[in-house]
Amino acid sequence: MSCWSVTLATLKKDIRLEWRSKDALNSMLFFSLLVVVIFAFAFDPLAEESRQIAGGLIWVAFLFAAVVALNQTWARELRNQVLDAYRVSPAPANALFLAKALGNFIFVSVLEALMAPLFVVFYNLHVLGPAWQLIPIAILGTWALVVNGTFFAAMSLRTRSREIMLPLLLFPISIPAVLGMVAGTTAVLTGDNPAHFYIVLLLTYDVVFTTACLALFETVLHAE
Amino acid sequence: MKRLFPILAVLTAIFLAYALHLALGKATPTDAQQGDVYRIIYYHVPSAWTAFLLFSINFVASITYLIRRKPKADMVALVSAEVGVVFCTIVLVTGPIWARPVWGIWWAPGDIRLTSTLVLWLIYLSYLVLRRFSTSAQTQMLAAALAVFGALDVPLVYFSIWFFRTQHPQPVIGGGGSMDPRMLHVLLINWLAFLCFAFLVCWSRYRLELLHREVEEAHAMKSLQSRAPAKTSLPLNRSPQ
Repeated sequence: MSCWSVTLATLKKDIRLEWRSKDALNSMLFFSLLVVVIFAFAFDPLAEESRQIAGGLIWVAFLFAAVVALNQTWARELRNQVLDAYRVSPAPANALFLAKALGNFIFVSVLEALMAPLFVVFYNLHVLGPAWQLIPIAILGTWALVVNGTFFAAMSLRTRSREIMLPLLLFPISIPAVLGMVAGTTAVLTGDNPAHFYIVLLLTYDVVFTTACLALFETVLHAE
Repeated sequence: MKRLFPILAVLTAIFLAYALHLALGKATPTDAQQGDVYRIIYYHVPSAWTAFLLFSINFVASITYLIRRKPKADMVALVSAEVGVVFCTIVLVTGPIWARPVWGIWWAPGDIRLTSTLVLWLIYLSYLVLRRFSTSAQTQMLAAALAVFGALDVPLVYFSIWFFRTQHPQPVIGGGGSMDPRMLHVLLINWLAFLCFAFLVCWSRYRLELLHREVEEAHAMKSLQSRAPAKTSLPLNRSPQ
């Protein structure tokens, strides 16, 4: 089997599992809904202020929610020793990694598509800059979160209390990406300055860390 | 080697005391604008250089471990990260102490050097947390991978904040800043003293880690021997020292 067919098969399996159980999506949705509501109570912002802070709130909510999904990525494969079976099979490790990262990307993107209108309603957002730029920021930002998230989730599998380990590993490394997403989104919402710089930053981050993940995943998967 | 250590420790203590004397003494000129507050530079800057040097050593050792799988490389990585975090903490504590009287604020969010140092500190803290939480057999591999990620992250952090207006003074060496040669002399002497100190701490921590691993190894071998012939593979990935 080629790399792509393994990726596709694993991705299909993950999507089908998620479609039937909806575990990750439901918990992410409810979690980010809670974050939105709690932030709305905590800040009670006016329209002008909310434009300034919404970028930060949106991405913090998605970051926390993504951790919920990322933690479940590999835990699923531990039951019945699926991961061990994968390790002894001749299938390339990177195919598995890509499938998992793409799966997480799809789940988090669905979450964002569902939550974004809610943010607009709750914070009375009105975009002043070029709104289309939010799409590359969202795509690149989400990939930045999930590619490292998937990698570190695989890493924290081998630690004690792995649910706590993932954010501890992921958040420090993600700081430049979070900065790019938040500042880029704020730039578009307020229309004060161009967001191109942040899109380039996110693209660089994605390229660097996707390469690093693909280069090191096999080592981490087979670490023994 | 064992006899060399106390001698070096005493020499380093004397060297540190001499550096302190120079840093606080009247012979070193007082800054024209800042007054005596500036003297914290003799601790702040050498600590920063030492921390960055140790983090670079950690990166090189981690790469070496990933390629060669030598336990010694992993021990060097661990030791340099631990001591580096300590020096980085000194930088992050002395910085605000200086900034409060000079800038009027403790911390300048968005400043490139402050933020990137803070992120660097956070990354290596997470590295140490991973080492603490990881189960023993795979720790080295995972930690080395994380160190590579951390090293890749640093330029990105720097790049991501570079176009914010930066408050931090320009670097003393190679940054176009001018400094009285007498001050620079004292600064370099202090750095040398700090380096000796860091080396001493790293050395003793390395020896401790070596002993620790030998004890672990001995325990593992003992429990293997006391059991019936083992049929599972050994949970050890390092050769006996």
